[in-house]
Amino acid sequence: MLNKIYDWVDERLDITPMWRDIADHEVPEHVNPAHHFSAFVYCFGGLTFFVTVIQILSGMFLTMYYVPDIKNAWESVYYLQNEVAFGVIVRGMHHWGASLVIVMMFLHTLRVFFQGAYKKPRELNWVVGVLIFFVMLGLGFTGYLLPWDMKALFATKVGIEIAASTPLIGHELKVLLAGHPDIVGAQTLTRFFAIHVFFLPAALLGLMGAHFIMIRKQGISGPL
Amino acid sequence: MSKQPVSRRQFLNYTLTGVGGFMAAGMLMPMVRFAVDPVLKGEAAGDFHPTQQKVADLTEVPVRVDFSYEQTDAWYTSEVTNTAWVYKNESGDVVALSPVCKHLGCTVSWEGNDHANQFFCPCHNGLYEKNGKNVPGTPPLKPLDVYPTAEKDGLLQLGKPEANNIV
Repeated sequence: MLNKIYDWVDERLDITPMWRDIADHEVPEHVNPAHHFSAFVYCFGGLTFFVTVIQILSGMFLTMYYVPDIKNAWESVYYLQNEVAFGVIVRGMHHWGASLVIVMMFLHTLRVFFQGAYKKPRELNWVVGVLIFFVMLGLGFTGYLLPWDMKALFATKVGIEIAASTPLIGHELKVLLAGHPDIVGAQTLTRFFAIHVFFLPAALLGLMGAHFIMIRKQGISGPL
Repeated sequence: MSKQPVSRRQFLNYTLTGVGGFMAAGMLMPMVRFAVDPVLKGEAAGDFHPTQQKVADLTEVPVRVDFSYEQTDAWYTSEVTNTAWVYKNESGDVVALSPVCKHLGCTVSWEGNDHANQFFCPCHNGLYEKNGKNVPGTPPLKPLDVYPTAEKDGLLQLGKPEANNIV
């Protein structure tokens, strides 16, 4: 049945070369942990992607209950965590995944750094990777405010003060982030929500696409 | 071809780039202006807020003055309470200091933790002199902000805290 559906589509759209391009390629021996166990260090990039997928999915589901408004944000988080079936699991996935993605990304960076895999011709991919790192930090920073509890509020106040200490444009940067010259409040929460849920994920998907296209084009770096 | 300064291909490229750029700008301009609006709106004028503190009762010893006012945060209005440490200096002028520590924003108190004649911040042991000047060697790097003060019907009024220049 599934085969027939596949054939029906393939006959019209010739999709086999497309998915072959994406999925059908050999893993070189030196990056395959089945051959050399130490090759597990090559898994961190893929694990970062895996956790990122979990983050995107769990985040999508969290927005079914979450409200980015200062009167209701905390209540909605409390409700989805304590009243909704598996709420504590879904929020837990997003909460712990946020830290895990940083850990995995850091290990991936260390591997690339210590193997010298960033060297010519892969410099551009390193640059894109660093941009992904900044986007991830931005996602962590903006996501931290959303539960709207004391820890979130004061962490964001400190973070915005750090942004405000930027030379020359510090004050403008602060107002742009907070949405108000003095108050970390209603407009800050909606801004951070928009940045967390739309702007940064869009940037992240674009950058990750570039990251993966480059690694497929250039191939993985050779054995040490 | 050589006598034509602009080829047909170039002309079409320029035209399409121009029109495309114009359309992109037409889409982006409203959105960007929308996003940066808080920056361009500028600061709200610092209104004076009334307090219950009688100016005549002030002495050279700083007292804690709490005052409440309506704060408008976009579509959300709420009653907030702020605090000032208020005293009269040697020349009889009213000085009102913000209690927000210039290190990381905790709340300082007068002679807290037995620090005679100083403001003390409990978070990281920051100290300030009576006039708000930060004590060197403690975490804060700037003096405490000051409230502009006014008097109405014998009662103290406080404005929006600003950087301390009296020190």
